[in-house]
Amino acid sequence: MKVSDLIEKLNLELVSGESGIDNQISGGYVSDLLSDVMGSSKEGQVWITLQTHKNVMAIASLKDLAAVILVKGFKPDEDMLQQSNEEGIPVLLTNETTFDISGKLHKLLK
Amino acid sequence: MHFEFDIEAGDFSKVGFASSQLKKIMKQLVGAHKIVKRIVVALYEAEVNVVAHAYSGKVIIDIDTEKVVIKVEDEGPGIPDVQLAMQEGYSTASEKVREMGFGAGMGLSNIKNNSDKFQIETQVGIGTSLKIVSYLKAQ
Repeated sequence: MKVSDLIEKLNLELVSGESGIDNQISGGYVSDLLSDVMGSSKEGQVWITLQTHKNVMAIASLKDLAAVILVKGFKPDEDMLQQSNEEGIPVLLTNETTFDISGKLHKLLK
Repeated sequence: MHFEFDIEAGDFSKVGFASSQLKKIMKQLVGAHKIVKRIVVALYEAEVNVVAHAYSGKVIIDIDTEKVVIKVEDEGPGIPDVQLAMQEGYSTASEKVREMGFGAGMGLSNIKNNSDKFQIETQVGIGTSLKIVSYLKAQ
């Protein structure tokens, strides 16, 4: 599954990193602790978080993650958007909670 | 090959600069080798530590055909109890740093788990030096 399929199926709003919408998704990772994501996420995963600063994109890039989903209507900081565009890693928004969007993503990838 | 990068303490907008540069360099040298991911995780965590805790720091990288040696040296408060600091979950990070999702007490163990050799030298009131060695071929 590609990021573009995810946007459509989970009704997400793409706000940046559009050049990465063909990134392939291998799974998901849910955490708001950056070191946890750094240590345990895997290439191609979609990261679900409520952190909205640019360090999120630094980690997503270093770990070759497919996309980042921000939950509960959180909006990314300006420098997060900028780095998302530079790295080609999409930032996707949802109004749903972490629990709900993770459940839907899990079901979709199963 | 030899590279050096300065780390500005307290400036979280620049965390990851050295690791991102090293990732680009390593990809050119060895391609999509799994060592690249490990090295980059280790260096990123070391950068975070300097920005979160020290007053200034420097990254020194030496790459040869066998290994990558990274030294991260800072001027800072030092670590009074290294054994305690190495424990997963132990952190002295400030509230501000924790709110950003850092300071989970996993940094030093992430570094250790993602390197082949890891040395830490620290002096309270002076600073901390890390040496991280990764071999390009299994030893």
